[in-house]
Amino acid sequence: MTYIAKPRLHHPTLAANKLGYTRRDYEGKISTLCAGCGHDSISAAIIQACWELDLEPHRVAKLSGIGCSSKTPDYFLGNSHGFNSVHGRMPSVLTGANLANRDLIYLGVSGDGDSASIGIGQFAHVMRRGVNMVYLVENNGVYGLTKGQFSATADQGSQSKRGVVNSDAPVDLVALALQLGATFVARSFSGDKAQLVPLIKAAIVHPGAAFIDVISPCVAFNNHAGSTKSYEYVRGHNEPVNRIDFDYWPKREEITVDYPAGEVISVTQHDGSVLRLRKLAPDYDPHNRITAMNYVQEHQAKGEVVTGLLYVDPDPEDLHRHLNTFDAPFNTLGAKDLCPGAAALEKINAALR
Amino acid sequence: MKPTDIRDPSYFHKVVDCQWACPAHTPVPEYIRLIAQGRYDDAYMVNWYSNVFPGVLGRTCDRPCEPACRRGRVEDGQSKEPVAICRLKRVAADNKSDIRARLPKAAKQKNGKRIALIGAGPASLTVARDLAPLGYHLVVYDQDPQGGGMMRTQIPKFRLPESVLDEEVAYITDLGLELRLGQRVDSLKAVLAEGYDAVFVGCGAPRGRDLDIPGRAQAAAHIHIGIDWLSSVSFGHIDSIGKRVIVLGGGNTAMDCCRSSKRLGGEDVKVIVRSGYEEMKASPWEKEDATHEGIPILNFLVPKAFIHDNGRLTGMSFEKVKAEYDAKGRRRLLPTGEPDQHFECDDVLVAIGQENAFPWIERDLGIEFDQWGMPKVDEVTMASTLRGVFFGGDAAFGPKNIIWAVAHGHEAAISIDQLCNGEDIRTRPAPMVNLVSQKMGIHEWSYDNEVSLDQRFKVPWNDVRVTLKNIKLEVEKGFDAATAFKEAQRCLNCDAQTVFSASLCIECDACVDICPMDCITFTANAEEDELRQRLNAPALNSAQDLYVSTTLKTGRIMAKDEDVCLHCGLCAERCPTGAWDMQKFFLEMTHAGPSCRDKHAAPGRKAA
Repeated sequence: MTYIAKPRLHHPTLAANKLGYTRRDYEGKISTLCAGCGHDSISAAIIQACWELDLEPHRVAKLSGIGCSSKTPDYFLGNSHGFNSVHGRMPSVLTGANLANRDLIYLGVSGDGDSASIGIGQFAHVMRRGVNMVYLVENNGVYGLTKGQFSATADQGSQSKRGVVNSDAPVDLVALALQLGATFVARSFSGDKAQLVPLIKAAIVHPGAAFIDVISPCVAFNNHAGSTKSYEYVRGHNEPVNRIDFDYWPKREEITVDYPAGEVISVTQHDGSVLRLRKLAPDYDPHNRITAMNYVQEHQAKGEVVTGLLYVDPDPEDLHRHLNTFDAPFNTLGAKDLCPGAAALEKINAALR
Repeated sequence: MKPTDIRDPSYFHKVVDCQWACPAHTPVPEYIRLIAQGRYDDAYMVNWYSNVFPGVLGRTCDRPCEPACRRGRVEDGQSKEPVAICRLKRVAADNKSDIRARLPKAAKQKNGKRIALIGAGPASLTVARDLAPLGYHLVVYDQDPQGGGMMRTQIPKFRLPESVLDEEVAYITDLGLELRLGQRVDSLKAVLAEGYDAVFVGCGAPRGRDLDIPGRAQAAAHIHIGIDWLSSVSFGHIDSIGKRVIVLGGGNTAMDCCRSSKRLGGEDVKVIVRSGYEEMKASPWEKEDATHEGIPILNFLVPKAFIHDNGRLTGMSFEKVKAEYDAKGRRRLLPTGEPDQHFECDDVLVAIGQENAFPWIERDLGIEFDQWGMPKVDEVTMASTLRGVFFGGDAAFGPKNIIWAVAHGHEAAISIDQLCNGEDIRTRPAPMVNLVSQKMGIHEWSYDNEVSLDQRFKVPWNDVRVTLKNIKLEVEKGFDAATAFKEAQRCLNCDAQTVFSASLCIECDACVDICPMDCITFTANAEEDELRQRLNAPALNSAQDLYVSTTLKTGRIMAKDEDVCLHCGLCAERCPTGAWDMQKFFLEMTHAGPSCRDKHAAPGRKAA
């Protein structure tokens, strides 16, 4: 870890976004993670994405569980809301917060231990309920805080730093998310910000349950030969299906960039915004949940790491729609709205008799 | 781009902007750290070896290092101020203990070579300092009764106390020189006839430019040439001036003249300058000092005539002009057509420039002069066209400043030493260079890498009501130890270099993410112009290099823009493999002596 704070001085040409904030204004405290940790790159990508989207920091709530990954919300968006919950219980805290205040942008940050082991039940339910959020797993395949035991996402046959071979089958969070009904599912790599930043931006504007599995090498315990989550292995086996090259276009803004037909997929979302994807795998269709699952599994079997926007439902439904909740955040409701009085209660009771 | 060759000493030298800008290449960050540690003696000695007059320069240096200081490029907000390098140097000089035991001693054995030094100013004294310990017999000539040259005659004592100058001149004269002071040289031929092995001309630019306009001759009794007047004041020949004084000229001499006048009875003192305020040659801080003492500076006024009443000066008239620039950006001063302005005065000091004058050098000696009457001098070796005769300081290339004179002196001393050893003076010695990791612990460096956000501290002044009454009382008080520490902490330690080892890099981006200045980019290689645009933050200052690595595993390169790097070491702290390391670059110029001779020559460092 680093002892000095990152100097406040910045490059003279550092740009401000529409809100007048520079990228540096979206930073948090200095990281206490190991030098070279992939998680720090993901934090940097989140900072970049939020700055580019002109997000007001007070409109973001970042929630996490326990683990190296779950420490990271302290290292970005220092002026946003935060909740560091119990191990594996971030999804239920996030669900509750979301129900209470639907106006915030929810950013759940978790790890492979937090989501695929102790919190796998919570992970499953938050996905199937369609909570409007970004659920980001910083996936390094080991328990870094306890010195590098295999986590549940470690590939079968991969080796630990000490040479032990993993005999258990891995939990594939992407496959789970696809199966459980997440409406935006992506995978990326901490060492590829050109891919990761647009994915995070797209996930933030996606009005449903968005899941991003980010392979994030653990330099201390999982960056050796024999690991399938090292910088070198992921770079060598990365099979991107597409790139969000052209970014997120706010609704009703004319798209003037013209690209050769057949290589670009436009995804018009519920709010009218459009995502444009440059196809890298010619036969890949990100609209089809079933084929996406098959594609990912087939390539996984070959030892390849499929990355990119794997599935997106342009018209997702979220938990609020399912429950037909009130439109406004609860904190805007007055005592009268929350407690309509004896007459109203009488009326309800009468209707149930 | 080709990978950067960091073995070339000039690469990292350029990153240490202050040291690169200093004519004598003083290792500035090194001595600033020593000051922060309270090691004033050590800080003084680093300076003394390099620039010979730390106490003098800490008060009077033209400080080319400060405009170069990185701090001026990276600070936030309105003011971007360099570290007060010059005044920190003074802190070392003021607070040191008796360092005489650490100075070189007069040579016990002479080497039989005799060298004449003409003029006892900073250039000649530097030559003497470098050569005396080697056993040379040095004969110093000067027209004035004391050594120091223009440092004594032209710099008022309220800027440079006599004791400071005496002390630093004595460090050199104590090395066993033969001093022929108060002895004006009227013939170089006569000096050469004494059979010296080499002659160094460091006589300065001793002639003040005159102003030939109507009334000059008639009113001569109250019109004085600035540098001559300052010299007379310095030696106590003049101790008063009229109540109303006009100082003509916009350079540092004009500032010294007006401030001296204020102390010798001048009540209504004004500076009148042909050019605009911004184009004045005086250093900004010297203009500020004059203004602080209530001296108005009037601009765009061209002197037209001295007005006198039967030879008694009564005033001056000026034509009002304005500046216009032609297509090539050249300035012309055009009359505005307004009526002439008249200012009453009792005395005028003319400080409109200095000239070199060599009436004492016979033109048939083999020393070639150019059309402006300046000797032809090699800029590297300081040699004239006559073998064995060297020039330095203002005598070589016209008026510059003390630190340039020192730099010339060092180079001339090398040439003289080489000449006397039968070596080719065109082969110049390489500097001494060292590059060593500063890693102390897992995240601990031998230097303070936390970046101070303090703004530049102001040097406290004595009360102007007191200083104006005593021409010998120094105006500036110098930093106290606590302020000096804080000012020293503003130094970014640019000599703590970010050294990159491509073979260790795993391209994890940790350095890119942590760098507060967005200096580092991993990208495909390209030509420099394209690469500069393509970095995470565009590298638009082409005066500053890009540090480019060899090709990495992914086929990309690492490109670092040196321009605004804070040398905070965070890239190295966040690097998991030690591919980045903070290494201290120490460069010391080689001075005269065995290590300056042929076998130590730097490849490519040859004079024309």
